[in-house]
Amino acid sequence: MSVNAKRQRKAPNSASRRRFLVEMARTGGGVALFALGVGMYARQAASLPAQALRPPGALAEADFLGACVRCGLCVRDCPYDTLRLAKPGEPVATGTPYFTAREVPCEMCEDIPCVKACPTGALDHGLDDIDDARMGLAVLVDEENCLNFRGLRCDVCYRICPSIDKAITLEMQHNARSGMHAMFIPTVHSDACTGCGKCEKACVLEEAAIKVLPLKLARGELGHHYRWGWEEKRKAGGSLVTPDQPHRYNLPEGERYDYEGQGLIMEDKGGEVPFGDDPLSTLKRGMEGRR
Amino acid sequence: MKAGARPGAEAIALKGRFAASKWLLARRFVQLSILALFLLGPWFGIWIVKGNLNASLTLDVLPLTDPYVLLQTLLSGHVPELTAITGALIVLVFYLLVGGRVYCAWVCPVNMVTDGAQWLRERLGITGASRLSRSARYWILGATLFLAAVTGSVAWELVNPVSMLHRGLFFGMGLGWLIVLAVFLLDLLVSRRAWCGHLCPVGAFYSLLGRYSLVRVRADRREQCDDCMDCFAVCPEQQVIRPALKGAEKGIGPVILSPNCTNCGRCIDVCARDVFRFGSRFNNRADFDERTHHSPGVEVLR
Repeated sequence: MSVNAKRQRKAPNSASRRRFLVEMARTGGGVALFALGVGMYARQAASLPAQALRPPGALAEADFLGACVRCGLCVRDCPYDTLRLAKPGEPVATGTPYFTAREVPCEMCEDIPCVKACPTGALDHGLDDIDDARMGLAVLVDEENCLNFRGLRCDVCYRICPSIDKAITLEMQHNARSGMHAMFIPTVHSDACTGCGKCEKACVLEEAAIKVLPLKLARGELGHHYRWGWEEKRKAGGSLVTPDQPHRYNLPEGERYDYEGQGLIMEDKGGEVPFGDDPLSTLKRGMEGRR
Repeated sequence: MKAGARPGAEAIALKGRFAASKWLLARRFVQLSILALFLLGPWFGIWIVKGNLNASLTLDVLPLTDPYVLLQTLLSGHVPELTAITGALIVLVFYLLVGGRVYCAWVCPVNMVTDGAQWLRERLGITGASRLSRSARYWILGATLFLAAVTGSVAWELVNPVSMLHRGLFFGMGLGWLIVLAVFLLDLLVSRRAWCGHLCPVGAFYSLLGRYSLVRVRADRREQCDDCMDCFAVCPEQQVIRPALKGAEKGIGPVILSPNCTNCGRCIDVCARDVFRFGSRFNNRADFDERTHHSPGVEVLR
């Protein structure tokens, strides 16, 4: 059968064509509404609550939501039941893995079984040292209630830290309240903190004073053009700005300024001093020849 | 089907209750076995299978991945690890052999929900359908893929009742029951087979595999058909039967080739005259002879 003949045989009458078009529009419209709803919900669901932490090696949140297939294999291989899959109704994208530090923190297994279990690489298989994990960053959010900040020696967050003296150090400060004691301030270092959350879990307060926050919330970011002068100087082996020029003061002849030499200095030019020690000699200046 | 009788009554009288439900029983057995395999771990600590239908690991060696969810991951811009790709290929090959929508009838946990809704719908005599299009599912399938590409996330998984039910059983249901209930009520009240037969994009995806899949229901003894309509009454995708069953005069072969046949085998069960059987997609000549299982002329070629 030629194409033309086929077309003729199948040529629809206008009523059925109209029905077809209406049907298409109805279905298409409904599906478009559905897509809009799901799309908007997806944007909403992309905002992860601050206390929900992703497993070690998780890609940045936006990439993670595309890479994770919500299978829960990481949850199954977590030996400490730290990880959970978000249930519908929870404020974390449904089916994605997370943990809450204050409930069960990450124990930082050396073999990182959760990452190995991930079939898609939503947890980056390139992570082979758990110390390189950055699940978040511990931040001492409440200095007013932290016991160490009040001058006590609680130190629990410091002692429990798996990277003690690297991720959390105690920095000694003067205790201005008592005037005679020291305070040991727990200080988190982002180059070593993995965000495991053991400090937040261990904090003895009713509500933890130290909390693991997502890196995006926990960290500031320098202006990209900022440079630390002292570092640039060290890298360059010397000052990068023009060497200091001696300042030139615009002073009358015979006068100069030297700070260490007690400021303004009149140079003695033998009688050329405008005002001498003896006012009379000034008054008489230039009168000598008239006698 | 006699007036007032339930579909399959004649088959039960003729073949016995067991023989007239054997594929249904086999299907329920497989569905429940799969659920049991997944549940053994979380309930009894026997870890044969881990994960869920989206991706799983069996006996620590066999990875399986849902190719549909992996496709969304790809579209969102992520290149998955080899494990997931291998798992998806295994699943693809499997369903290309046994029939794409075998997933729907034999594996998917929502099938039991919608079959339940359909059973109740018949018992309560609820009729009247809203005009849902059978092709809506392909539009929705397209929409979910579009959303993955546009939002950069697997957006469909936020609302997917299939994975929500399956995942929920092993990882905690949360408010997921509400979505499952919504699907049940949709099928019960709004339209016959509304979810699985009209809307579900997961089924739509697997039906695309079904275009080329091997195992098929065949109406090999279609000349025996006495138009009792029992097969039509039980079929979740009623449109797929007619071409094969009634196409002899039009030169259409006896194999049900529609990609939306779920290979549930219910038509085989309820037919008192054993018109249907499982077979392959081959030997689909209109003059196929059921007794020799060959089309005329095939012997000559051997």
